[in-house]
Amino acid sequence: MINDILSYEFLQNAFLSGLIIGVIAPLLGLFIVVRRLSLIADALSHVALAGIAGSLYLSQQVLFFAALNPVYLGIASAVGGSLLIEKLRGAYRHYEELAIPVILSAGIGLGAIFISLSKGFGSDLIGYLFGSVSAVSRQDLFIVIVIAIIVITYIRFLYKELFALSFDAEYAKVSGINSRYIQMVFMIIVALVIGASMRIVGILLVSSLMTIPVAAAIQLAKSFKSAMIYSIIFGELAVIIGLVSAYYLDIAPGGTIVITSIVILLVVLAWKKMQGGRNARMVKGELV
Amino acid sequence: MTTNLIQLDDVSFNYEQSIALDHISLEVGEGEFWALIGPNGSGKSTLINIILGLLQPTSGSVKLFGSDIESFKHRERIGYVSQKSNSFNSGFPATVLEVVRSGLTRKVGMFKSFSKKDEQRTLEALSIVGMDSYAKRNMGELSGGQQQRVFIARALAGEPDLLIMDEPTVGIDQQNVASFYSMLNTLNREHGIAILLVTHEIDLVTDLATHVACLNRTIHFHGKQSDYKKMEDDDVSRWYGHPVRRVHQQTDEVER
Repeated sequence: MINDILSYEFLQNAFLSGLIIGVIAPLLGLFIVVRRLSLIADALSHVALAGIAGSLYLSQQVLFFAALNPVYLGIASAVGGSLLIEKLRGAYRHYEELAIPVILSAGIGLGAIFISLSKGFGSDLIGYLFGSVSAVSRQDLFIVIVIAIIVITYIRFLYKELFALSFDAEYAKVSGINSRYIQMVFMIIVALVIGASMRIVGILLVSSLMTIPVAAAIQLAKSFKSAMIYSIIFGELAVIIGLVSAYYLDIAPGGTIVITSIVILLVVLAWKKMQGGRNARMVKGELV
Repeated sequence: MTTNLIQLDDVSFNYEQSIALDHISLEVGEGEFWALIGPNGSGKSTLINIILGLLQPTSGSVKLFGSDIESFKHRERIGYVSQKSNSFNSGFPATVLEVVRSGLTRKVGMFKSFSKKDEQRTLEALSIVGMDSYAKRNMGELSGGQQQRVFIARALAGEPDLLIMDEPTVGIDQQNVASFYSMLNTLNREHGIAILLVTHEIDLVTDLATHVACLNRTIHFHGKQSDYKKMEDDDVSRWYGHPVRRVHQQTDEVER
């Protein structure tokens, strides 16, 4: 496997992209989960689908789009979707969550129209839907690196504000934190991470890599910092095991990555349950 | 001349067609401990939300530390503890230290990280509320009373001059309520922090407060605690909307 990675550029691209995504997706996912916004990632990935399908369709019609990496239009539509969600949340103050299914449906609807209009881009589209080991280009890797730099810079410099906003949004507002601005940028960053991850994990499974490692991490973490570290470790484990098995089994990496992260979650839950039982018995004096 | 920490001039607020607050004027000065009392639906939380800038008054003006609320920049001078603190997500993965330190976010400023000094200040705030030994504990492991102390420590971390609390004892058992109020008394008397406390617990609080404001859409009384105590129970019952019999539990009257 190591020899293959050293020999083939497409494997280098896939593994490097995967390792980077294994850090940034759960890192941002932690803020999404604790703010109970998990469905937003789902909605934005479906909007990205509309962009990808639109770009693939236009590439059959317009010469300019034939040369354009569909990831760009996927990212642009996810960013547009994130801004629309924010706008809609403002319009429905008492039903803020309504914005999510509206945008999600719009994404699927547009995606379905572009897919129906096109004259077959089956294998291309499957790669975008479920991820692909072989389809990650140097340009895709470059996009992932740029997005990772943006995400890490954002979290590094606004960590305090993001924590305050995640823990208690009302207190953050009262204490003078510019929550509206931070929230707006946060949504754009989520869209960028979805754009970066879709080549490897696939549009339909990208939100899983942002939430499942976090779901396992918060079972173990006592502090926010440790939740962050556990999320990244579980994300990396899922990506590495998922990519290696996808390569050997010749299947879509999105599926193997997500199933690996589900297995990690189940192991953590089982371990937590065993620990709980052990502690209860220690209290009763059955164990020394 | 001293500046009022809070100055409300003729403030009114309407929820669509109904009047929630009707021409409220109130001044909170340095080092004062105000108890804002009133029945359910009297507009207490609405008034607090206006003071905090979460709601805009329909008419009237709000000044904080002498500045109009719109131009008031020093939010760190105000510490806030809401009644919602009692219903926070106990599964949130955060230590007591992380939560209290978040109270310094605005003071430290954007794009900067917390320093060792900030950590020290956080521990000092925890020590004021008697929770310094819990710094590394997960928030979800604490009792309701302990969590509320942590939220007060968060409000104190920025070294505020004014502490605003909206029914902070909701959901806390009676024994912890007494020690909680005793801690507020210490914060006010020994640390000189002005307090505006919204509460239902008329008897417990009016013995601690230096000043009392009685609200039921409009202010029916505001003034020194000693003057409030001189009011007849019948007068209190009249504006409160149902019979009230006050029992004063403490004998040392606060006159400042």
